[in-house]
Amino acid sequence: MRIVAEGLTYTYNPKSPFASHALNGVNVTIEEGEFFGIIGHTGSGKSTFVQHLNALIKLTGGSLKVGDYDLADKKCDFLELRSKVGMVFQYPEYQLFAETVEKDVMFGLKNFHKDMKEEEMRAAVKEAIERVDLDYEEVKDKSPFELSGGQKRRVAIAGVIVTKPEILILDEPAAGLDPLGKKEIMDLLHAIHGGWCKTIVVVSHDMDEIAENCTRAAVFSEGKVVMEDTPAGIFRRGDELLAFGLDLPVTAKCARILKERGVEIETDFTVEDFITKVLAEYGRRQG
Amino acid sequence: MLNDVTFGQYYPVRSFVHNMDPRAKIVFMIAYIVAIFLAKNFFALAAVTAFLILIVLLSRVPFGRVLRSVKMILFLIVFTAVLNLFFYSSGAELHIIWHWKFITVSWESVINMIFLAMRLFLLVMGTSVLTLTTTPVALTDGIESLLTPLKWIRFPVHELALIMSIALRFIPTLMDETNRIVAAQKARGANFETGGLIKRAKAVIPVLIPLLVSAFRRAEDLGDAMDARCYSGAKGRTKYKKLVFTWRDALGLIFTAALITGIVFLNLYLGGKFAILDYFFTK
Amino acid sequence: MEAIRFDKVKFMYREEDGVYAVNGVTLSVNEGEFVAVLGRNGSGKSTLAKLVNALLVPTEGKAEVFGLDTADAKNVFEIRKNAGMVFQNPDNQTVASIVEDDVAFGPENIGVPREEIAKRIDFALDAVGMQAFRHAAPSRLSGGQKQRVAIAGVLAIRPKIMILDESTAMLDPRGRREVMDVVKKLNKEEGMTVILITHFMDEALEADRAIVMHRGEVVMDGVPEEIFARSEELESYNLTLPRAAYISKKLAEGGMPVKGAFSAEELAEEICASLRKV
Repeated sequence: MRIVAEGLTYTYNPKSPFASHALNGVNVTIEEGEFFGIIGHTGSGKSTFVQHLNALIKLTGGSLKVGDYDLADKKCDFLELRSKVGMVFQYPEYQLFAETVEKDVMFGLKNFHKDMKEEEMRAAVKEAIERVDLDYEEVKDKSPFELSGGQKRRVAIAGVIVTKPEILILDEPAAGLDPLGKKEIMDLLHAIHGGWCKTIVVVSHDMDEIAENCTRAAVFSEGKVVMEDTPAGIFRRGDELLAFGLDLPVTAKCARILKERGVEIETDFTVEDFITKVLAEYGRRQG
Repeated sequence: MLNDVTFGQYYPVRSFVHNMDPRAKIVFMIAYIVAIFLAKNFFALAAVTAFLILIVLLSRVPFGRVLRSVKMILFLIVFTAVLNLFFYSSGAELHIIWHWKFITVSWESVINMIFLAMRLFLLVMGTSVLTLTTTPVALTDGIESLLTPLKWIRFPVHELALIMSIALRFIPTLMDETNRIVAAQKARGANFETGGLIKRAKAVIPVLIPLLVSAFRRAEDLGDAMDARCYSGAKGRTKYKKLVFTWRDALGLIFTAALITGIVFLNLYLGGKFAILDYFFTK
Repeated sequence: MEAIRFDKVKFMYREEDGVYAVNGVTLSVNEGEFVAVLGRNGSGKSTLAKLVNALLVPTEGKAEVFGLDTADAKNVFEIRKNAGMVFQNPDNQTVASIVEDDVAFGPENIGVPREEIAKRIDFALDAVGMQAFRHAAPSRLSGGQKQRVAIAGVLAIRPKIMILDESTAMLDPRGRREVMDVVKKLNKEEGMTVILITHFMDEALEADRAIVMHRGEVVMDGVPEEIFARSEELESYNLTLPRAAYISKKLAEGGMPVKGAFSAEELAEEICASLRKV
């Protein structure tokens, strides 16, 4: 499913003195199969935008199509849409509620597929729990509140991917985790990407994360998309990003300084590529 | 964000009434309510109305804004008014206008209805002036200060005030959290909008449980944070904010006293609410 | 002067756990030091922090703050006056609905006279750059601003030690920067002893000293640069190098004569130098 937003606008508390424009005409296209990054400050409109994608926020201005679903159409089946566009909120472990891990993961299935048989559901839950690298037999009857922080987050993600959404949206999936925990979550997303969920959309503050993982990304600022490109294309325009008050990945920062000193490194700003290119430059100079 | 409880329905302008000490305003409010219920005839009610108009003018809150608070309980006012219109009875003889089975409309019931509606109206208008000109925080401070004498009978005034202020502080946080959890469960297909009563009550569980868990976690965190900042109860504690009683408050209290006395006198010399009927029907 | 002294401190949350969250830590921190404490989630770093200001008391061993034993109930108040603590969640530490009232909470608790509280609020809000928000509602502030208010609330008690227990973990990069700038300034200008618990490796680089915790024990202790140079050891505790350090290490392995770099600037410097040498 392809996502196409045109001229999307949204205002919180319209017609009141507290009115604030969250979106001011967002244009962006996310192709099927992408690992798409969304960058921007808190308050840039990125969270408001992603909540439009599965109609958690109703469309009030502009047009938005997700696959064949036209969100401007009043007859659009939002429940069906939500089963195809999964959403993992920030700190998703805080939404766990059921007595057991199994029941919690099953929640979405029960809501979306009311006529599904119990055994089928169990099988789907097992698959989802194993997909997030947890031991099904070990955790299924445990209370989700007994688990460690990292495990809770995995259970919460399993609870969203259990319906096999075509598009998976995650808001800061690695927030609050330690470096290894972060890496594990990003590895997990790559494992899900393509097969389990065709498209992945990640909202992130971490530019290194965007540079390492995304096929393309959009930069939000003041309710608009100000850049939409591959990470390499975006981070090459370092001055503009800095002007938006955003940061650069370490590789891009370093390449910028090198360029000022007259050393051009052609890189896509992933760590591995950067190392290879710098070593190649070194080799070339050595002759 | 909009329903920020810190400000409640506070209307942020500077005025004589806004600047009054919350304690004076609370005392004033109580006196005002007493005055409404003391009023026995239309002259007394008119005096209270005049008084209310004066306060609203002094507060610089637009009349429309104050009226809006009445809108919320309009149904209640109309309902009690109608009930009174049809079912009023008293020991005395009534001047009947219309009668059908057990429903009786009389001049007395008409007057009683108007009287009652006016009382409710004045009551709501008055209390909303208080909340429009005073932040919940100031109200809490005012209540704490007024309750201070109760410390003598070991009433936990400080603890009560702290609980109120922490509750106020956490309402916006928990509201944000509720919205977030609702959105997250909706994304997992939860349905809060349709279905019967039982179904809807069931739908609340996936929101309520995470909310409770989070409230307990927050309470635990807050406990640690308070301990870390040397909290150990009311003993040996000082207070940064002192409420100051000024000439405004003195003036307000003099006004209030005048209002109550005036109403008592009006009641004494101008008869009850039905006196007006005597005037018409004896002629 | 010695600010904190831990002598073979052990701590167990519940006896049935059978595991020490902090397992025999001996440690000394001098006044004015800026110490970063690193380690994976569950390595015992938060427990260590709470043992400093007597929120927890050692199960075994002895913890002292400015020579006062934290196990002695008589000392608790004095210790907490000297060792303030800022927590992780910016939403769970404020008690009042208005910034200045919240900052006043600590001084009120220790019985500071009213006029003096006003002065302390001024000082604390200036120190964290939040004077302009004095009458604002904390719920309307950004995460970074909320944490700065929390720091001000601790500063108003005028402690000599400031413990930050993963106080930047829930913030966006801008908020993290704001908090780190404030903390660094307090350390450099006011001579505040800082214990910074974090899992952001780049934050540790701003400290004078870094401690790595693993399964309740202190396994590494030294200058941050020195610790990051021991990358194999670090990895064995499931910690990763800061990105710049990782790149410089890989370049060196690839045959380039670069020294360990810890920031993008240092890395560029090293690369330039080695390219020029050719």
